[in-house]
Amino acid sequence: MKETVYITGASSINPLSLQEPDYKLYITDPAARRRMSRAVKMGVTAALQCLSGAGEMPGAIITATGLGCLSDTEKFLRNLIENKEELLNPTPFIQSTFNTVGSQIAMLTKNRAYNNTYVHRGISFENALLDGMMMLAGGEAENVLVGSYEELTATSFDIQSRLGFFRKGGKSGEGAQFFLLSAKEKSPCILRDLAFAFRPAPDELPEKTAAFLLKNKLLKTDIDMLISGDGGNEEEFTCYDKIEKNFPETPVVKYKHLTGDYQTVSSFALWLGVQIMGKADSPKRILIYNHFRNINHTFILLENSLHHTI
Amino acid sequence: MRIVVSGIGTVSAIGLNVLETLHAFAGKKSGLKPLSLFESEHKGKLPVGEVKADNRMLAEMLDIHPGKTISRTALLGMLAAQEAYNDAFLPYRKNEGLRIGFISGTSVGGMDLSEHFYADYLQSPTKGRLRQVVSHDCGDSTEKIAFSLGISDYVSTVSTACSSGANAIIAGARLIKHNFLDCVIVGGTDALCRFTLNGFASLKIVDEQPCRPFDESRQGLNPGEGAGYIVLEKDTNRYPQSYGYILAGANICEAFHQTASSPEGEGALLAMQTALQNADLQAGQIDYINLHGTGTPNNDLAEGNAVRKLFGATPPSLSSTKAYTGHTLGACGGIEAVFSLLAIKYGLVLPNLNFTNPIAEHGLIPETEYREHRKIKTVMSNSFGFGGNMSSLIFSAV
Repeated sequence: MKETVYITGASSINPLSLQEPDYKLYITDPAARRRMSRAVKMGVTAALQCLSGAGEMPGAIITATGLGCLSDTEKFLRNLIENKEELLNPTPFIQSTFNTVGSQIAMLTKNRAYNNTYVHRGISFENALLDGMMMLAGGEAENVLVGSYEELTATSFDIQSRLGFFRKGGKSGEGAQFFLLSAKEKSPCILRDLAFAFRPAPDELPEKTAAFLLKNKLLKTDIDMLISGDGGNEEEFTCYDKIEKNFPETPVVKYKHLTGDYQTVSSFALWLGVQIMGKADSPKRILIYNHFRNINHTFILLENSLHHTI
Repeated sequence: MRIVVSGIGTVSAIGLNVLETLHAFAGKKSGLKPLSLFESEHKGKLPVGEVKADNRMLAEMLDIHPGKTISRTALLGMLAAQEAYNDAFLPYRKNEGLRIGFISGTSVGGMDLSEHFYADYLQSPTKGRLRQVVSHDCGDSTEKIAFSLGISDYVSTVSTACSSGANAIIAGARLIKHNFLDCVIVGGTDALCRFTLNGFASLKIVDEQPCRPFDESRQGLNPGEGAGYIVLEKDTNRYPQSYGYILAGANICEAFHQTASSPEGEGALLAMQTALQNADLQAGQIDYINLHGTGTPNNDLAEGNAVRKLFGATPPSLSSTKAYTGHTLGACGGIEAVFSLLAIKYGLVLPNLNFTNPIAEHGLIPETEYREHRKIKTVMSNSFGFGGNMSSLIFSAV
């Protein structure tokens, strides 16, 4: 992509926070706040936090989620089953659609720009990022808001448990992260590129990594830090091990022991990368690698603008 | 570089493929029938747009083992996506080295199965068949369809309620424009299920009679189901046939209300205006509008007011096809893109069924008779969804 994309804002609501934010500071209308589930409050608040320092309205709002507004979905389903399809409260139905967070952000900030929601499992967030980067590259917007939300409910925890995700060390999680990407304003952190791989064999991963770096005119030795999605789940370890061994000299940062795992967790990895790039002695380049259930694999490349070489 | 449409495929209440769909239009045969697909309080009463094949028949047509648990959203999607893929001769073009993607829009995902799981799960957390819940997320149907086509270069899912299919088309066009892909199959799929049927019923926007889009007496929509996909590719590819170009798409958010449009139609107007601007066209250059036209009092008032504002006293030929198919929710952007391209390719005027009297506020009179061999060069297709997610697409003849 021709245009340099800077990450000028980043926010996160994650399990590390001792308590959830005081939502009424962000969502000031009490009636609107009452209608919102935790997922919506988390997503909308993370987005508003991210926008709080921004001068201009984003030219696009792009949201990602794997499972959407689960608690509202469950609430409407329960109501439907227990009331035998009669006298149903429409509010949870209205709030259950996957685009609820994206449209609530638009409504609260009175933003009529492009608004999309990506919902594809472990690559929902990267799909949203790619869309945002292309909008900037094509001059369709000067800055875009891209983020993700995921909520954990008792039911989704039960289901994951019954499916055996915790048997080999997998952990469940939730969180919301939002980013402001800009082609105009500068910041220390450049979002240089991203890549996808669908069901690659573990042995193909070093080759896929090399091809991604080569496309960006880089060698393995140009990567100063690896943020790895390894969270101690034995069933997902092989691929992370392949990548980590491919960068034997590079420091590796891990985070899923803190956040748990969920479809859009790589947005937390990106948030971490942005924090690291903001430090005085930051690395030049960070590679973020993640995969979801060995199926959807993604690479995100960050570069410190002080060392920008393009 | 221009982006050409080289293949189309659709399944809905009026046909299992493009040919059956064309016959239904010509015969003015609506697909709306009382609900029969699943057990519900509304069964036998509420008119809906059901695809006239149960899951077993769909599986048979797709050569899938009938014992396999697979969401109807995925089955419908496979049928339409495979038709589009074959129509563009893609199975015979493997040697072209094309980077091919698949982007699907859906609003329900695998809900038709997970609502069964959840009923059992409510009895006890140890109950409910897991294979009925693993396809709950929207990505499941997309991956199954992509797998059936052999696509792995890029796979993605969009969900913006009833504009999902249109937004998948816009996203795909952008990926080609930026040379991320050479070819992409885009559109949407949604299956009828108790969840959405009752959702719309709880909002009191469902008509107990067949819907009457753009008619003064309209009472609401009829939920429908189906899938529609189109194949977009670079016009520098060696595609065997074309239906037209996609000139532009516009995706905006009205930021007005979670479920309603502003009665003045500000969002609809902005979507249509932006699409015209992106296509570098004047309003007068549009020959036909495939309206969103759900038949709800709110939509048809707002959309009509916007059309009046943009097109003035002499709007182009227009119609809603929802009285044929019902409102196919996340799929309608894909299905109606197929209808729009058929209108261009064969010069069809697609009638708006069940219309008698215009809506007093805007007085728009849609087409009510089927015609062929008209000169239709440029078509606009509208899809509006919950959350104010409103999109407008523009296609033109080659």
